[in-house]
Amino acid sequence: MSIDVNNIDPVAIVVTPTPASTSRKGSLIWLLNVRLTLGLIILFVMGLGSFILPGFAPVDPSIQASYMRNLPVSGVHLLGTNALGQDIFWFLVFAIRNSLTLGIVVAVGVTIIATVVGLSAGYIGGRFERIVMLFVDTFITVPLLPILIIMGALIRGNTSFLTVGFIIVLFGWAWDARTVRAMALSLREREFINMARFSGANTMQILLREIFPYVSAYMVVGFINTVLFAINTEATLAVIGLSKVEVPTLGSIIFWALNYNALFTGQYVWLVAPIIATITLFLGLFLTSTGFNQAFASKRGVS
Amino acid sequence: MGVVSFVAKRIGLYLAVLFIGLTITFMLPRLMPINPVDGYIGQIQSRANGTLTAEAIAELRVNLEQLYGLKGDVFTQYVSYLKRIVLSFDFGPSFTYYPQPVSAMILNALPWTLGLLLTSTVIAWLLGNLVGLVAGYFHKQKAASLLEFVGILLYPIPYYILAVTMLLLLAYIFPVFPLSATFPVGQMTPEKFGMVIYNSLLPGITLVLAGFGWNILSMKALTVATTEEPYVTYARLKGTSNWTRMTRYVFRNALLPQVTALALSLGMVFNGALLTEMIFSYPGIGLVMRTAANGGDYNVLYGAITISIIAVATAGLVIDLLYPLLDPRIRHK
Repeated sequence: MSIDVNNIDPVAIVVTPTPASTSRKGSLIWLLNVRLTLGLIILFVMGLGSFILPGFAPVDPSIQASYMRNLPVSGVHLLGTNALGQDIFWFLVFAIRNSLTLGIVVAVGVTIIATVVGLSAGYIGGRFERIVMLFVDTFITVPLLPILIIMGALIRGNTSFLTVGFIIVLFGWAWDARTVRAMALSLREREFINMARFSGANTMQILLREIFPYVSAYMVVGFINTVLFAINTEATLAVIGLSKVEVPTLGSIIFWALNYNALFTGQYVWLVAPIIATITLFLGLFLTSTGFNQAFASKRGVS
Repeated sequence: MGVVSFVAKRIGLYLAVLFIGLTITFMLPRLMPINPVDGYIGQIQSRANGTLTAEAIAELRVNLEQLYGLKGDVFTQYVSYLKRIVLSFDFGPSFTYYPQPVSAMILNALPWTLGLLLTSTVIAWLLGNLVGLVAGYFHKQKAASLLEFVGILLYPIPYYILAVTMLLLLAYIFPVFPLSATFPVGQMTPEKFGMVIYNSLLPGITLVLAGFGWNILSMKALTVATTEEPYVTYARLKGTSNWTRMTRYVFRNALLPQVTALALSLGMVFNGALLTEMIFSYPGIGLVMRTAANGGDYNVLYGAITISIIAVATAGLVIDLLYPLLDPRIRHK
């Protein structure tokens, strides 16, 4: 089920393709470059566009009835206007910016929590690890979407956009923590860690100086995957109408389009434009994360 | 001896996970600044056009608090909550459909959700693994990377977008399927059964497409890794055919991690159920939850969440206990 695919440990699926590198060195570099380059180009264009363009926006796109309703695509309104009198193009630009911002903020939070929890559990071990992993397993077991819907129903109307992000962090850190712990477990047995320990480094120093640099490459990949996961989750909530739908996001634009039956009133652009934008953004994020992974793997020569 | 302690440990973990999960669902609404009883009284009052007297409201409040287990301090509530759920599987009555108990509503909806979701999850798993196997086994050929491309393209698409697109394409532009599913009530006849199948096809296809991509990618990765194992090389040198090697040597060994993945994706079934049933208006737990969320019917929401927690945890337990039987490489010391 791709709505929550990131719950099924995205790192696991992107880490494993590396063995291919041993068998076809020449062709893999070509593949790697294509993936990563393509992903980065998509992200760069969409990211830069959505962060610079809002400065030139004629009006706040979330205000209704700024323009005539249901205008067709034209030079003034690049994607036309919708049934609420909003310019679809500008709404979309703001939506991509807000979704990306939310995704990055959530990913920062999730990455910090997951790293701290996962590294400490994996490295310290013992009873501490067992208790922490019990909580991690529980948070993985609790299905995210129903919980989010309850929270959404409870706090609807009196919440800020950031609260939604906070809730996603609260229920999104467990998978990443599990991955980081698995890495920490294998690292714990390596020689250079023992070396550091015998040289008198304490736990904190080992975590920061020895283990962290080693896992940081995975962190980048995990980070991008979390951005994808956060945008997806918020958008899912918005499509159901349980996020802050007044704020333009990739989900809320689809929410309004569906709510005003854009499909049956022939306003395809209103519905199709955000769909294409979302798919492009997600493809960009996905290609970047798998591309990065391959790049790191081949750099390390891991087979 | 080793087996017994392994099983005991795993069951202990299962119980602990259930306990923490139930505690979280208990705590969540109590941390929220909203009281369901107030909401319900408000509803009744607006229905009665504000003619209720203050005494009547106070009486109603006492009754409701007793009914919904909101009486006493948090700890008393918590104990009675666990007692009710664990011992009698009782989530109280629904707020919206008042005297009807939540457990009955959920049991009515469950067969729809399970029927659609389990079927499509299993089909997606089988198809994805087969395509992934071929893509991974022949990964040196250009044509096979086309198969992987299908996975790359399908995997990152958010589920709701896929669903809306499918609805747009197959129900609106090419009206092959109905826009909104209709389901006959009453006695099941072969004719009605056909109708149910026909109406379930579109959400089913969407679910298969959504689950498909991930399975292709992970199976492909596993297959590539397995293909490089020495015993596969040995089989090739021994002169076995491509087909034998692919099915007997690679497939059987690469499949094992995918069994675990299947268990995990059963948990996703409930997430998928929500969106699918909302977008395709398919009767099931998801639709029940949607209505409950809109109407502030918290008892129903908790019932549904508890069911999904129990189901996901149980699926994980069963798979973990079966896994050593499937994979001889795993040893429990």
